[in-house]
Amino acid sequence: MKAILTLDNLASALVTTIWTPVFIAIFVAIITYAFWPRNKAAFDEAAHLPLREE
Amino acid sequence: MVSGLVFFRKRIRMSQPSISKSMTSGESGLAVVFAVTAFLCVVASAKALDAPFAFHAALGAAASLAAVFCIINRYFERPAALPPAEINGRPNYNMGPIKFSSVMAMFWGIAGFLVGLIIASQLAWPALNFDLPWTSFGRLRPLHTSAVIFAFGGNVLIATSFYVVQKTCRARLAGDLAPWFVVVGYNFFILIAGTGYLLGVTQSKEYAEPEWYADLWLTIVWVTYLLVFLGTIIKRKEPHIFVANWFYLAFIVTIAVLHLGNNPALPVSVFGSKSYVAWGGIQDAMFQWWYGHNAVGFFLTAGFLAIMYYFIPKRAERPIYSYRLSIIHFWALIFLYIWAGPHHLHYTALPDWTQTLGMTFSIMLWMPSWGGMINGLMTLSGAWDKLRTDPVLRMLVVSVAFYGMSTFEGPMMSIKVVNSLSHYTDWTIGHVHSGALGWVGFVSFGALYCLVPWAWNLKGLYSLKLVNWHFWVATLGIVLYISAMWVSGILQGLMWRAYTSLGFLEYSFIETVEAMHPFYIIRAAGGALFLIGALIMAYNLWMTVRVGEQEVQMPVALQPAE
Repeated sequence: MKAILTLDNLASALVTTIWTPVFIAIFVAIITYAFWPRNKAAFDEAAHLPLREE
Repeated sequence: MVSGLVFFRKRIRMSQPSISKSMTSGESGLAVVFAVTAFLCVVASAKALDAPFAFHAALGAAASLAAVFCIINRYFERPAALPPAEINGRPNYNMGPIKFSSVMAMFWGIAGFLVGLIIASQLAWPALNFDLPWTSFGRLRPLHTSAVIFAFGGNVLIATSFYVVQKTCRARLAGDLAPWFVVVGYNFFILIAGTGYLLGVTQSKEYAEPEWYADLWLTIVWVTYLLVFLGTIIKRKEPHIFVANWFYLAFIVTIAVLHLGNNPALPVSVFGSKSYVAWGGIQDAMFQWWYGHNAVGFFLTAGFLAIMYYFIPKRAERPIYSYRLSIIHFWALIFLYIWAGPHHLHYTALPDWTQTLGMTFSIMLWMPSWGGMINGLMTLSGAWDKLRTDPVLRMLVVSVAFYGMSTFEGPMMSIKVVNSLSHYTDWTIGHVHSGALGWVGFVSFGALYCLVPWAWNLKGLYSLKLVNWHFWVATLGIVLYISAMWVSGILQGLMWRAYTSLGFLEYSFIETVEAMHPFYIIRAAGGALFLIGALIMAYNLWMTVRVGEQEVQMPVALQPAE
């Protein structure tokens, strides 16, 4: 039987199959960004931000 | 500083005499909107179907008229030009709304702790409800929770967010009347919600009790809050958006989404307070706890973590231990928290897989919570000695320790077998209060002790000794509170599930209530100590503003004295 495309089916497909890998990919990208060696200097500076404001 | 600003304004007026004074579109527009609102409120009050609605509409009319008066009065008092965004190349920070919210936070804090003490005493000595509807536990309990969470906590969050976003963006708060609309409008919402509870107006959703008209008003205020916050970030001079602002933004956006998701309701009449929520049955329960748990996650956690990430480095004069960890902390918290709600509905009609999902995500929350706690605590590396000399910093750091403790306890209680013992018992109340008093309360106290001298431009607090007293009195109160509730809750849970050898329940319900009596007295004593601590704080802050010495490193402010 051919599945009927309803809002429920769409939402369920989104939640069960697409959502999870997309979220994991985004999260992995964020971790990569956080640990990217070239960003270290900028982050070290940002850590001092509360201390050097006017 | 105030005299400096007045002088500066005069100088602007003198140097630019050609500017003719006229109302901004915001001033005239808002004055008209409030005038129309006042009229509509009078009509609503006259046609009201129930007395509380008539009272609230009358309050709305009075507040709207007061708003029209304030806007026009402010226009006649102010110089032709609006306050500049910068003075001598330095941002001209807007401290007025921050001061207002700080004062309101202290006021509502004491009110909320006092009502908490009253209902704790009612549980120990039921006669204290005086057999009156207005002072019954069912009405005072939401008054307590809303006063401490939304009134005290909310004002602390608004005050600190307006301060932190300005300082870390190096830009003046966006908007002229908008920040005032946010702080005054939010407190008016609290007034409507709180008086409504006492009069019996409630939609019976825990932590979302206010009825439809209060909800609509809060939506308007909250969207303005978001716009002021975003507007300030957009015009920032600092290229990087500091991590605390990310946490504040997540708090503001998510609370808007939660509020709209949980509260759609159809009023019985536009002239009455009663409404029916759109959701029904288990969907309503799930929406309610999706809302309820994320109010904990994004109001009581994300917002106050923003305070941690700004006030602890600032007070300790040390950089954030690991900025990388703060980024991962933020995103992990955002990704995980939103799924944890179903753990409030274990062993209910909620589908089993949803319960397990909620439990799993709650357990995963251990990681970002403890990552964040470690980040906050380790920010003190190189400054640990300050814990001995600075009670304000000690308060902030102990709050983070409580954060770690209650975020360990929470996931543990979300495990279904543990929950089968802990749910519906005082253990839950103890857990909530170790987070609320220890984490949210202490981080708020620490932030206000920092913020008041900064916002009023004073050298420091009136008395660090009194802060020390506050710290120890309140800590003792928390220890009494949570240990009493642990014992009471586990005792209660074990008594409920005890069977005799013949398979009958061993204890009647009233026997379990009797067993809890001594712990209820200890809990009330703990609450009393916490309230005494807050009174010490209010006195200290009051004296700080009254007799505090002005900070003298503002060259702009000093020049005009000549």
